[in-house]
Amino acid sequence: MRNITALLFAGGLAFFLLVITYQFIFAGAPMLIGSAILGQGANDLGAANLVTSVVLGYRGIDTLGEIAILFTASTATALVLSNIGDTTEYHRPETQGGGDVLLGSANLFFPLLLTLGLYIILHGHLTPGGGFQGGVILATAFFLPILAMPSRAVKHSGLAMVEGFSGAVFILIGLASLFQGEGFMQPFLSKGSFGELLSAGTLPLLYIALGLKVGAELSSLLARLAEIPGQNTVSSPATQNSKANS
Amino acid sequence: MIWVVAVLVLIMLSSAIAVLVVKSHVSAVAATSAVSLTLSVLFVLLRAPDVAMTEAVVGAGLSTVILALSLRRLGMNKFTSDDSSAAEESDA
Repeated sequence: MRNITALLFAGGLAFFLLVITYQFIFAGAPMLIGSAILGQGANDLGAANLVTSVVLGYRGIDTLGEIAILFTASTATALVLSNIGDTTEYHRPETQGGGDVLLGSANLFFPLLLTLGLYIILHGHLTPGGGFQGGVILATAFFLPILAMPSRAVKHSGLAMVEGFSGAVFILIGLASLFQGEGFMQPFLSKGSFGELLSAGTLPLLYIALGLKVGAELSSLLARLAEIPGQNTVSSPATQNSKANS
Repeated sequence: MIWVVAVLVLIMLSSAIAVLVVKSHVSAVAATSAVSLTLSVLFVLLRAPDVAMTEAVVGAGLSTVILALSLRRLGMNKFTSDDSSAAEESDA
């Protein structure tokens, strides 16, 4: 039975691969959309960084799907790591703090990383980078103090508020464009002058929401990962749960 | 240009092999980070700064931090190989 299942699976996989390869056009240009976007992207959306106009303009719904995937992944990880119904005391280690070097460099790098992350988010429509990259930099910036001062508590509820609010703003901007009589997620505000900070319509607003959402999500994830199980219990949480149940 | 790319690919391959052969888990995580960092330089040379930034931030930064934190959570972040072998012997 198992062999037949494996054979069926392998056969189906081979069939799909064959179908996909059959439709490939070798030595041709099947994706003509690329040159079209290159030609008219700057005029359509007014963003100096063409990648941004693709990510948030032409492929805005794909980006929405991407943040949905990231949200699902981080929620699942937080669910696994937060130990709901677990009686083991999870805490941050108080004795093995970072020491002077780590504390000093965390104090030095925190404002620098914060500025860099915000710069990359705000200039997403002008220079390389954008919400995702800047958001991850923000998350690492907020992780530095956790690393240097492990005993300080992290407010997960505040991070969840920021994340939910910015995700809602992202979708509301898309819906607002729908109410203007255009497509969902279509940029609609004034394009402004090319290459200015206040240009490209709603693209910078979308990237700010995206950056805050990614940053809050990932810093919450990193903070949860940095918590370690209490040393007073010898057994692992799973075995202790089963003991408590039995 | 081609020589720079060749050197970068060589660094990438050697760090990728180092991930497999190195004994300490922490060193393996650091070597993974080195692969991503070299790859991001390669992306810059290929004129894809957006992808390079993503690779540097996510591949070299965030995923390394996540891997290292997972190692600490699993208690596998010991540096010396003697300690781990001694622990295995005591377990046996």
